[in-house]
Amino acid sequence: MSTIEANSTTRRMTLNMGPQHPSTHGVLRIVLDLDGETIVTARPDIGYLHTGIEKEFEVKHYHQGTPLTDRVDYLSNLNNNLCFALAVEKLLQVEIPARAQWTRVMMCELQRISSHLVWLGTHALDIGAMSMYFYCMREREEVLKIFEMFSGQRMMTSYIRIGGLALDHPRGGLAAIKKFADSFPEKVDQYEELLNSNPIWINRTQGVGYLTLEDMLDMGVTGPMIRAAGQAWDIRKSEPYSSYEKFDFEVPVETASDVWSRYRVRARELRESTKIIQQAVAGMPEGEWKASAPKVVLPDREKMKTQMEALIYHFKIVTEGFTVPPGEAYATVESPRGELGYYIVSDGSAKPWRVHMRTPSFGNLQGLSQMIEGTLIADCIASMGSMDFVLGDVDR
Amino acid sequence: MISEVVLARPEVASLNESVAGAILEGTQTEDLAGHPEVTLIVDPARIVDVARALKTQGFERLCTVTAVDWHPQEPRFEVVYHLHSVKHNRRLRLKVRLGSDTAKIESVTSVWRSANWYEREVFDLFGIEFSNHPDLRRIMMPEGWQGHPLRKDFPVHGFKYSYQDS
Repeated sequence: MSTIEANSTTRRMTLNMGPQHPSTHGVLRIVLDLDGETIVTARPDIGYLHTGIEKEFEVKHYHQGTPLTDRVDYLSNLNNNLCFALAVEKLLQVEIPARAQWTRVMMCELQRISSHLVWLGTHALDIGAMSMYFYCMREREEVLKIFEMFSGQRMMTSYIRIGGLALDHPRGGLAAIKKFADSFPEKVDQYEELLNSNPIWINRTQGVGYLTLEDMLDMGVTGPMIRAAGQAWDIRKSEPYSSYEKFDFEVPVETASDVWSRYRVRARELRESTKIIQQAVAGMPEGEWKASAPKVVLPDREKMKTQMEALIYHFKIVTEGFTVPPGEAYATVESPRGELGYYIVSDGSAKPWRVHMRTPSFGNLQGLSQMIEGTLIADCIASMGSMDFVLGDVDR
Repeated sequence: MISEVVLARPEVASLNESVAGAILEGTQTEDLAGHPEVTLIVDPARIVDVARALKTQGFERLCTVTAVDWHPQEPRFEVVYHLHSVKHNRRLRLKVRLGSDTAKIESVTSVWRSANWYEREVFDLFGIEFSNHPDLRRIMMPEGWQGHPLRKDFPVHGFKYSYQDS
C-alpha cells in the first residue's frame, strides 16, 4: 500500500491464479490484486466443480445416496459415508452393533492418515521439498490397499452403509491393518526428520499464513486449522460418535496459528490416529457387523439363497428403498479437514426431501482472503496449501 | 408454542427475555446417542436480533446456513441456521419460514462473517434474497445462469433446449 502512495506511477496488477494452477489442487480460481509482490486483495472464485450432488440426493433412495457421499470429499470419503449414515440412522433410530462401530472408527482413522499424507506430500511439493511426496505416497498406497481389501475399492469405497457396513472384515484384514499401524510411527519419524530441521521448510512455514482464533471462529474455519490456533476443539472428543469415547487419544494443539503449527498438528494427528487404530485392532469386538433392521439393511447373501423372507426384503430394499420417518437431523463428524455435517430432512418417503452438506473445505476457504491479504505472493501458495481444502468438498 | 423441555434450556430461557416474542416455536428431538437437537422457529423480521442475542450468549460459530423448499406448500421456504458454541459445547438450529412471494430476509453477516458465502449459496441455489448482504452474487452457478437449481420446480436434468426449434 505504502508504495502506491509514495509513487503514483505504480499500478496495481490483477492476476488470475487458477483455475488450472497446480497448487490449488483442483479448480480454484483466485483473483489477486497485486502491488508489486504484495497481495492487496484476494477474491476466491469457486463453483468450477459444482456437480449438484445435493440435488441428486433428492431423486435417489437413501442407500443410493451413499456412493454420492464418496464423491463429495474424495480424499476422506469414509468420513462422508459415516456422517451420512449417522444422520439417517438418527432419523431411523437404529442401534448399530459394536463391531460395526469399531470398524467405522478404525476405517475413518485410516482415512485420516491417508488424507493427511496426501496433504503433507503435496504441500511439501508445493513449497519445494519434492522427496516428501514420494515417501507420503508410499505409505498412502498401503492404506489404499487396505481399503481395497475391505471394500473392493481404493478410493470410492462406500464401505460404511446405513445400518452398519457393506461387508464384514476380509480374511487377514485386521492383520494387514496391524502390520501397517505398527510400522507407521517409524515412517512419521522419517517425515519429521526430513522436515523439522530443514531450513527451507522452516523459513517457508514459520510465521506464514497467520489468522487469529477469533477470526477463524467467526469465519467458519474448523479442524486442524483451529487446533493450530490454540482451540482444543475436536468433535471426536466434544460430541463423540460411533464409540469414539471408548478410545484413548489426545487432541494435538499448537498456538502459533501459522503454516508450521498446522503442519505440527497434522503430523501429531498421524500418530494419534495410529494409536486409535492399534486400539481398535486389539479390542475389535466379535459379533454382528450390521444392525438387526431387516427393512433397512440388505440381508446376507447366504440367507437369500435359503430364506424367502430375506429374498423379499432384498427385493424391496433394492427396488423401493426404505422409508424414513418424517423429521430432520443434523449429524456431524470430525473429518480430516474439520467439521463435516449432514443435514437431512425427510418427508416420510423413501427419498430424502433435502440433504445439505456442511463441508469443512467450504468453511475453511472463507478465511483465505483475510489470511493472504497483505502478505507476499510467494507465501500465498504456502498459506493456501496449509488450509488443506478439496475442491470437490468446496463446490459439491 | 415452545415446548417445556426447550424452555428449560438456559440459552432459550434468556433468549425469551432479551428478544421477547421473536421465538414462535421450539422443539427438541432426542436420539439414541443422547445428543438432543433443539430447533427454534424465529420470526423472520427479528432474525438479526435473535442471532445477535445468541452470539453474545456464546454461540460464536455459525456452522451453516441452508434452505428447504416445501413447494407446492406455503410458506414455501425454510431458511435453516445451524449454530454451535465451542465454549459450551452446544448446538442450536434456527428456522425461518418464508412465503414464495416474500422470499427475502435480513442477512446475518453483520453477526457472523461466515454467513457471507453460506447466504450467497442459498441465494444462488434457492433464489432467497438477503438484504444488507455485502456481496450477494451467485457462488456455485455461472454468472448468467437462469433459475435456482435446488428449488423443487427446477428439473433434476435441467432444462433441455432443442436446437431445431431455434
